[in-house]
Amino acid sequence: HPGPTSDRPLGTPGHEKLAGGKSKAELRAERRAKQEADRALKQTKKVESTPAAALAKPRLQPSEPQSMVKRVPEHVQVDDPAAQKRLAKKLERQQVPLRPDYGAKVNLFSHLHQYSRKMPLTQQMSIPSTAIHPAVVRLGLQYSQGLLNGSNARCLALLQVFRQVIRDYSTPPNEELSRDLVARLKPYISFLNQCRPLSASMGNAIKYLKKEISGLSSTLREEEAKGKLQGSIDGYVREKIQLAAEAISKYAFEKISDGDVILVYGCSSLVSRTLCDAHANGRAFRVIVVDSRPRLEGRDTLRRLVRKGIRCTYVMITAISYMLPEVSKVLLGAHALLANGSVMSRVGTSQIALVSKAYNVPVLVCCETYKFCERVQTDSFVSNELDDPDDLILPGKGGAHLRGWKENSSLRLLNLVYDVTPPELVDLVITDLGMIPCTSVPVVLRVKNVEQ
Amino acid sequence: MEFQAVVMAAGGGSRMMDLTSSIPKPLLPVGNKPLIWYPLNLLERIGFEEVIVVTTKEVQKLLNLDTKMKLDIVCIPDDADMGTADSIRHIHQKIKTDVLVLSCDLITDVALHEVVDLFRAHDATLSMLMKKAHEPTEMVPGQKGKKKPVEQRDFIGVDDTGKRLLFMANEADLDEELVIKRSLLQKHPRMHIRTGLADAHLYCLKKYVVDFLAENRSLTSIRSELIPYLVRKQFSSPASLRQRQDNKEQDQKKDQKSLDIFSYVKGDSLLEFAPDKSCWNSHSADLNEAFHGGKVRCYVHIMKEGLCYRVNTLGLYIEANRQVPKLLPALVCPEEPLVHVFAQVTDRGLVGSDSIIGSSTQVGEKTSIKHSIIGSMCTIKDRVKITNCIIMNSVTIEEGCSLQSCLICHNAVIEKGADLRDCLIGSSQRLEPKSKHVNEVIVGSEQLMEI
Repeated sequence: HPGPTSDRPLGTPGHEKLAGGKSKAELRAERRAKQEADRALKQTKKVESTPAAALAKPRLQPSEPQSMVKRVPEHVQVDDPAAQKRLAKKLERQQVPLRPDYGAKVNLFSHLHQYSRKMPLTQQMSIPSTAIHPAVVRLGLQYSQGLLNGSNARCLALLQVFRQVIRDYSTPPNEELSRDLVARLKPYISFLNQCRPLSASMGNAIKYLKKEISGLSSTLREEEAKGKLQGSIDGYVREKIQLAAEAISKYAFEKISDGDVILVYGCSSLVSRTLCDAHANGRAFRVIVVDSRPRLEGRDTLRRLVRKGIRCTYVMITAISYMLPEVSKVLLGAHALLANGSVMSRVGTSQIALVSKAYNVPVLVCCETYKFCERVQTDSFVSNELDDPDDLILPGKGGAHLRGWKENSSLRLLNLVYDVTPPELVDLVITDLGMIPCTSVPVVLRVKNVEQ
Repeated sequence: MEFQAVVMAAGGGSRMMDLTSSIPKPLLPVGNKPLIWYPLNLLERIGFEEVIVVTTKEVQKLLNLDTKMKLDIVCIPDDADMGTADSIRHIHQKIKTDVLVLSCDLITDVALHEVVDLFRAHDATLSMLMKKAHEPTEMVPGQKGKKKPVEQRDFIGVDDTGKRLLFMANEADLDEELVIKRSLLQKHPRMHIRTGLADAHLYCLKKYVVDFLAENRSLTSIRSELIPYLVRKQFSSPASLRQRQDNKEQDQKKDQKSLDIFSYVKGDSLLEFAPDKSCWNSHSADLNEAFHGGKVRCYVHIMKEGLCYRVNTLGLYIEANRQVPKLLPALVCPEEPLVHVFAQVTDRGLVGSDSIIGSSTQVGEKTSIKHSIIGSMCTIKDRVKITNCIIMNSVTIEEGCSLQSCLICHNAVIEKGADLRDCLIGSSQRLEPKSKHVNEVIVGSEQLMEI
């Protein structure tokens, strides 16, 4: 078998980039599923497959498959019909419906998907859902309707749902849990990806989970294996998310002094928690919350901070150059940290970093290490997410101008979700491993891979 | 499994006794299919494989449907006056997951995922379907003139998005004023109150509501008691209830506490799981967390277009029959022709394109049939004019009759030369030759005794 020949995209978080042995097993599983073999035939195939599985296991260990061709992932190749056909075939095989794109896209972003909230994926699925676990359908719906937002929240909800899936799972006869469970999770992940593109945190969590499942010894009984998996999910949540947040909060506390004026943008659970902890520990500071349309997430940060008694000012992003002269530092959250030190965060963050640099205000980014991603990006165009363009239309009379945008052939609406801040504009990254400069991110990634 | 479907087919059809005295309501033919076929077809189309049908023994004997789903028919005794909630209590051992309750008289082409998605996405306790009711325009036989039926209006309050159900009251329960709780207005300052909405009696309920019903025996009907209870409970806090109960005497029985739905609510919602991490809120005007910390949430989907009928009065029955020929081709797969293959029609040209003729029916020469539905095994002789009629099975119509806007039940015989307009002829009636009736209801004497 030459390298990865399957049509799985590589090189992006959330997709495996493991050795060729894995794809062999996957192709064999597909072939097995396709043929209507009776039990005798399956037995002989099982005898064949065990030496191959034993061969596949040692190949799962290497840390970095350097020699493999990295394919461009399909979710940034929407304007390539061949890639879309491959995706459609894959989804059909997994019994996951394909979500249609909506509306005309701006030319620069025509390689990305653009979905409408009014056309959820569940339109094409049966009620009650049988191919996809009901908890996963519920999660996907909450993602696509925008009810679950925020990198940490999405990842926590995903792990919670996978815990439930593992709890409800039972190994079919003649199958091994370590391989069948991964195969069972694949359609769920495709479904969630169709509802809303996976975030970097979710991608890393899925990679971890798949590794844990594949690494299960085949001598374990099903109950023990399931218990072990649930334990490892709990461990991941506790270490990488909760304890990391505590550590980051402690480190950031050293950086916040009395009398500070801190500028925050949008809603980051980590930054809000850091500020609330600092306030609880007695630091005196005030906060300027910057917000932007259409999501207006800053209102949520405002709510959390004001309830704790922190003095806050609320402005729109258009006013930052007026506020920055009085700001002592800027504290930003991140969706992902890329391998060249760039920070991928909510659209508007790079503007804030740029203007802060112009005013010589230090920019600090808080990010847990589990959001570090091996992708390299220097601009915000190549890989991004396009949200529902109808969100830009104001409700009521204010939206009268934009409401007929679809009929107007020269009008396109663009609702970007993320943007990339170059490392020169970021002064410090506060992670659970300590406070590091942006350029040290690849070092952390290398250390993480060696550990694994 | 995500949902179990329950179809309630034990109701009597008390508002159309002329028809239901001889035929049980679930079996009333609409477009030549029994009424219960429509909700079952809806469930089959969206992908259900098993349905629990709660009905009476009488209906079970006569029920004969060809459907790919597995029907689990539960009979309740004929004489027990069981409401819909009582029926749920009766089958609550079978209910293992969230439940979708339908009434047997619902004919609709709604995209059901709209209702179910509200239920799933918001982790709601209840999700239901409503449609703007319109006045039936058809003349109903037996009605003297177009008098408006005295309906008790329902007041439905929804929030700004039009999805969250905040308030529900029926005119019958109110004296002169609408009473709205302050806690409701504090949490939802903008509320739109609508009347003129017809409830489709289609409910998605969480499993813990079924458990609650099993313990709480005071609720008998889903629509008139359980749903208003749940809607009210959205804005009452469990803490205040517990305080009131502590103040009562010590000899309160323990099971009094469990009559409150809050002790049944299972909080496994993803939205409430890590509320401090997610940056979504259901409202923006104040500092409270999403949903104001309320555990019970009710949602409604109000249909704007499409059909949604509950066939529980004669007028709606006739209206449904009018609309069904347009609806049927989309529902039945593979497509059945409107004129049945085994029907013998002599003059096809005189049969209108939206008329339905059942199997084994014989239609004579020069007989014109327009906008009508004719059942199976009927015999219609020559030179008959049928317009806008609903004719059930095994009816005989002799030569030269003229029928307009009539409803003729099973096994009736109309002798030669009769001229009928806006009439309802009951089962097995026999009309004299050359009889002329306008706007009359002719049923047998034994049916007249039913009150």
